[in-house]
Amino acid sequence: MKHLFQIIPIAGLLVLICACNQAAPSGADSAAATPAATVGQSGVKDDVSQQNVLQIAMGSKDHTTLVAAVKAAGLVDVLVNAGPFTVFAPTDAAFAKLPKETLDNLMKPENKAALSNILEYHVYVGVIKKEQMRDGQKLNQVNLKNVVVAVKDGDVLLNGSAHIVASVPASNGIIHVVDEVLLPPEK
Amino acid sequence: MKKLVLFSIGLLFIFVALWQCKTKSAASAGSEDAAQKAYVAPGTYDEFYNFVSGGFNGQISVYGLPSGRLIKIIPAFSVFPENGYGFSEETKAMLNTSHGWLPWDDQHHISLSMTNGEQDGRWMFGNANNTPRIARVDLTTFRTMEILEIPNSAGNHSSPFLTQNTEYVVAGTRFSIPLGEKQDVSIESYKDNFNGTLSFVSVNPESGRLKLAFQVLMPGMDFDLARGGKGPSADWFFFSCYNSERANSLLEVNASQNDKDFIIAVNWKKAEEYARAGKGVKRKARYAHNIYDEKTHTATTTWEDETLVLDPAELKDFVYLMPCPKSPHGCDVDPTGKFIAASGKLAAVIPVFSFDKMLKAIADRNYDGDYQGLPVLKYDAVLHGEVQKPGLGPLHTEFDANGNAYTSMFVSSEIVKWNVQSLQVLDRVPTYYSIGHLCVPGGDTRKPWGKYVIAYNKITKDRFLPTGPELTQSAQLYDISGDKMKLILDFPTIGEPHYANAIPADQIKSKSVKIYKLEENNHPYVAKGEGQAKVVRAGNKIHVYMTAIRSHLTPDNIEGVRMGDEVYFHVTNLEQDWDVPHGFTIKGSTNAEILVMPGETQTLVWKPDQVGVIPFYCSDFCSALHQEMQGYIRISPAGSNVPLRFWSGDAPQVQ
Repeated sequence: MKHLFQIIPIAGLLVLICACNQAAPSGADSAAATPAATVGQSGVKDDVSQQNVLQIAMGSKDHTTLVAAVKAAGLVDVLVNAGPFTVFAPTDAAFAKLPKETLDNLMKPENKAALSNILEYHVYVGVIKKEQMRDGQKLNQVNLKNVVVAVKDGDVLLNGSAHIVASVPASNGIIHVVDEVLLPPEK
Repeated sequence: MKKLVLFSIGLLFIFVALWQCKTKSAASAGSEDAAQKAYVAPGTYDEFYNFVSGGFNGQISVYGLPSGRLIKIIPAFSVFPENGYGFSEETKAMLNTSHGWLPWDDQHHISLSMTNGEQDGRWMFGNANNTPRIARVDLTTFRTMEILEIPNSAGNHSSPFLTQNTEYVVAGTRFSIPLGEKQDVSIESYKDNFNGTLSFVSVNPESGRLKLAFQVLMPGMDFDLARGGKGPSADWFFFSCYNSERANSLLEVNASQNDKDFIIAVNWKKAEEYARAGKGVKRKARYAHNIYDEKTHTATTTWEDETLVLDPAELKDFVYLMPCPKSPHGCDVDPTGKFIAASGKLAAVIPVFSFDKMLKAIADRNYDGDYQGLPVLKYDAVLHGEVQKPGLGPLHTEFDANGNAYTSMFVSSEIVKWNVQSLQVLDRVPTYYSIGHLCVPGGDTRKPWGKYVIAYNKITKDRFLPTGPELTQSAQLYDISGDKMKLILDFPTIGEPHYANAIPADQIKSKSVKIYKLEENNHPYVAKGEGQAKVVRAGNKIHVYMTAIRSHLTPDNIEGVRMGDEVYFHVTNLEQDWDVPHGFTIKGSTNAEILVMPGETQTLVWKPDQVGVIPFYCSDFCSALHQEMQGYIRISPAGSNVPLRFWSGDAPQVQ
């Protein structure tokens, strides 16, 4: 009897775990009559492939704000897409240059569209390496607004002020780390 | 007491666990009846045929919906060893082109023939994207009956879309190329020397026979997709283009510089009038026209030598450009024929053009200048409106019968449903992963059947059991009968599907041919009975008039063949019984098998490579004595005087 009292809670836990497993997001492991409640491509388990732009950003200690913003804007699955993407990735220090209030506001659920607009302004569909950038070149970003490139003495400047401080190739494109947040022109 | 608490906690866990199970299935409500909705009971038929382009396999595959069961592969532009297409003497000519005999192509889009803008279930057309061609498939036999090469073209991508009565099937070139007298020019001279063409191929209303009627000469850029108008816009055809920058290198960057490319509106009725009035310029061009004759069971190639080219910059008033944001891909006309949805694949909006406004802008000459001599209509003057923030990477749009549109979004990997009139987004569902084309049954016609939308995805990753680096392609079936789209089935597809169509099974299944009539077989080497089976020497060619019937080949013993001979096995299947094909192959064959349908004759050529007795057999399990359906051919040294003899059963006396 004593044992039974000990077993029941454990059995209960086991049942709970099993039940949770069945409902797990990746649910593709087992046959079922109803579709598994799958997440998007970001849920694909793969430790072998080269890292994509999202994984690189998530692994960077300097891009916690950017990653939080990407999650808040619901762009996680987009950034693991085949792309290819050129992502201008502002550092945490770059985000810190914005007024705190502005940033806090953008992260609110009701401002998801505005946040997406800003993030999409940081993404170009296509791979453009730093050395391929030309002075005066306009990059039409995912949100349909242009980023203007200036090249002076080998240094690349975006919209007249943001510097590319590092570039990291990814499986689905390239990340250019920038020291300023790019703000889309109003019109 | 402590024990009791533990016990209670345990029970509570179990209760919570069971309750969670219940709420979990409730949480996926809508899809819980998925199995039932996609289930087609054993022995019953699917509701729709789904014709799916095969992409890089060069074939077209046929699935049943809603089950997703693969029921047929139709070879069109690639050889198919499974049934001998491209290997048998009869089918080799189907793959002739001006570049020689080609075993492979890239098959992107299909169209089902229409009458008055509605599916009529007669033919299917397919494009070859690499070496420009159009194929016509007969939907009574599910066989490729005709392939026409398209000259002055390179990469036949915006094809094989149709006018609403199948008067024309179009072929817009993806690559522009030098089309002048001088072909050996610098690639850097793209802007001066390169042109594109939009070809209009007429379809004979009775026979379906194709003829290149005229080609519209266009400025050098890339032409992408197309759709015929419908109803009020039936006289027009709409093409999307990209690379209006006219770049010739690194298009990934250089073809995305302009804010807008174009949707090109072509008044094909007017072009047809010009062509009939002899206004075009005839140009020399050599291109193959391959036709399969169902009575001789044989394809032949006719070489065409001329095309008629219409220059819209000179012959005015039949080509107009509508500006469209960012490298448009799909260019889809809604069932009313009044609206054209263009998907700028790099754009964050879906512009929808109004046909009425376009006509008015043309009448008012409301131009925004010209592009290479062609009038550009003002964007605002032709725009019905833009679907705002529909998702990322819009590619293609299909329609239902209730005024709604379904657009595939590659980058955000979803299907977005929106209303054509209000342009409001109504619903969105994720696809797994990165959808390319999509299909609503009849969704490209004046009469969509609705009911389902199918996503043909470009990325599979973890959707099925892993099979090494190379994976099948993933498709998803969604029920669209309600307000919300509901995922009901994943199914694998072969090749790489691009566009697909679906048609109610009732429009096709009753017309499906079961056998070829033996008495109508006009093959020059047919043997309509075992009494006609024979072996004839013509120089070093040996013609074997062979018959196949359960369960023997006639003749099944052949002698008097020598090294250096070429043996033609003309096998006639004498069966007149549904689904009793016979196959034929021989040891050391450098060819595929031939698969011979009842009443049909097909030919396998074989060149002996060694002296000896070589076995042959039926390669399709046909009967209880299939394994007995075999024979021998004796190969003697060159110059041997072994007499030519053949038999089945008792051997004839040596003369």
